[in-house]
Amino acid sequence: MNEEVVIKVSHLYKKFGHFTANDDLNFEVFKGEIFGFLGANGAGKTTAMRILCGLSTPTSGEVNVAGLDVGTCADAVKAKIGYMSQKFSLYEDLTIWENMRLYAGIYGVNKNEFRMRGEELLRELNMCDERNRLISTLSLGWKQKLAFMVAMIHKPQIVFLDEPTSGVDPITRRQFWELIYEAAANGVTIFVTTHYMDEAEYCDRVSIMVDGRIEALDTPSQLKIDHNVSSMNDLFLKLIR
Amino acid sequence: MRIILILIQKEFLQVFRNKTLLPLIFVLPIVQLLVLVNAATQEMRNIKVVIVDQDYSSLSRQLVSKFDASDFFNVQKVIDNKQDGIELFKNGSSDMILVIKNDTEADLLNNQESSVQILTNAINSTRAQLSFAYARSVISDFNYDLKIELSDFNVGKRIQTQSLFWFNTELNSKYYMLPGILVILLTIIGMFMSAMNLVREKEIGTMEQINVTPVRKSQFIIAKLVPFWIIGIFELTLGLFIGKLVYDIPIVGNLMVLYSFAAVYLIAILGFGLFLSTLANTQQQVMLMSFFFLLVFVMMSGIFTAYENMPTWAKIIDIVNPLYYFMNVVRMVLLKGSGFADVAKYFYGISGIALLIVPLAIWNYRKTS
Repeated sequence: MNEEVVIKVSHLYKKFGHFTANDDLNFEVFKGEIFGFLGANGAGKTTAMRILCGLSTPTSGEVNVAGLDVGTCADAVKAKIGYMSQKFSLYEDLTIWENMRLYAGIYGVNKNEFRMRGEELLRELNMCDERNRLISTLSLGWKQKLAFMVAMIHKPQIVFLDEPTSGVDPITRRQFWELIYEAAANGVTIFVTTHYMDEAEYCDRVSIMVDGRIEALDTPSQLKIDHNVSSMNDLFLKLIR
Repeated sequence: MRIILILIQKEFLQVFRNKTLLPLIFVLPIVQLLVLVNAATQEMRNIKVVIVDQDYSSLSRQLVSKFDASDFFNVQKVIDNKQDGIELFKNGSSDMILVIKNDTEADLLNNQESSVQILTNAINSTRAQLSFAYARSVISDFNYDLKIELSDFNVGKRIQTQSLFWFNTELNSKYYMLPGILVILLTIIGMFMSAMNLVREKEIGTMEQINVTPVRKSQFIIAKLVPFWIIGIFELTLGLFIGKLVYDIPIVGNLMVLYSFAAVYLIAILGFGLFLSTLANTQQQVMLMSFFFLLVFVMMSGIFTAYENMPTWAKIIDIVNPLYYFMNVVRMVLLKGSGFADVAKYFYGISGIALLIVPLAIWNYRKTS
């Protein structure tokens, strides 16, 4: 694995009034790795992810993404990352191709480049014949895979995925992870949150958040040895309790 | 620039695919102009009048027939008991009572002077004042006829009033109302459509996806403004077309003046709608806010009432009321033929609002929370 640091977070705090959503987060993510960001509901995963993407400002701390400080050059960071939110957020009343064209345009991908990139992504999804379908007519599984592809349209360095597979059937989940692996193999860093512990096993490294703090961070196998458990599921339950 | 064009293209695709919004763009102006212009008339015809005639003289009969002959009045009943008249008044079957008391004719012949009594229903004070004025003019006409009749020769020495209604010679209230309703139409399209559109993106989450891109705040707001600006100009054209076709409204002035003004006006009102949408999180909130402002703007714009009659403090508030400017300009241009120089002061006003509100909307739009 390449040891180039693409995300560096130090002493990140986010407070909403008296509630501390992120309590002194410190971690690094390396180029090309699949970084699993785990935690129970309300542990502060989405809050942290939104800060990394420049959608929210931290109360204090330093956040460096793709070599830039998110606080001072948010738009420059945004040009280098892709983001897929927990809530599906492509335009339902536009077709697959129109959504891709829109985001390609926004990220400044030029026309010829987009035509090639768009075809490439559609081929990867096996959706070449479906390009003129409205998003609203697609099933959730297809929507999620497509949202991932649209997040990748401008060849970002890092892609943030917030529970991309929640509510998706096992087959589609597997296909989704194949897409993730392929992207990572091409050097894209994947920062993913999930509630499925089998998916956690697929990650290069995982962190587990409990009540706004990171309680564990290492490769899945090392974590299991350290905590003397047989599966990620047991580890998760042990830490959360 | 390319980013703005791409965002505008997206807005248009969405508008044309919206099965509720699209018909509304076409139907709203047609219905508003056909229904409201006819319904919101200020002309008064058929004022229901009950005459209490206790005199039974030739004079009183002449006066009754004079009222009967008037376009404005519809004599319901001639009775002799005032109390019965007041009953009719109370149950709403009459708007006005004219009381001709006993000995009116005799008084006139003996004392050269007599009087009648007029009672009007003042629940609607404008209507009451107007019907009172009409009744007085009927009676003063009657007086004049009477003088000639009684003195056998022309009384001469009399100042006659001759009225000419400039800019709307027939006092056609539709010529007055239609431009006003056109202004309201443009305001609804501008303010509501833009505001709802942006807040809808917040609600369904597509806004967050946009916020995580490097798109600039100004690019996003401008891309929201342009499509509805074009739709607004289209609505104005459609409205004028209907006005000409159905009501034959006069277009005395230069349409260039009107369109130039509407262009700036739409920027101001769209900017206002977008500004409201940056304050709201749900469509319900932005809807209520827009309604509140629309109502205030309309009532203070001078569409139904004369601006000149408003108290000074209200006139000061009108400085920030975009509708006030447009309401004046549309009537000045269409009915009076005012040119750029005549409406300059309104141009400055609306430009000021536009230059203030659009940057405010951009500034208040938050990509980062």
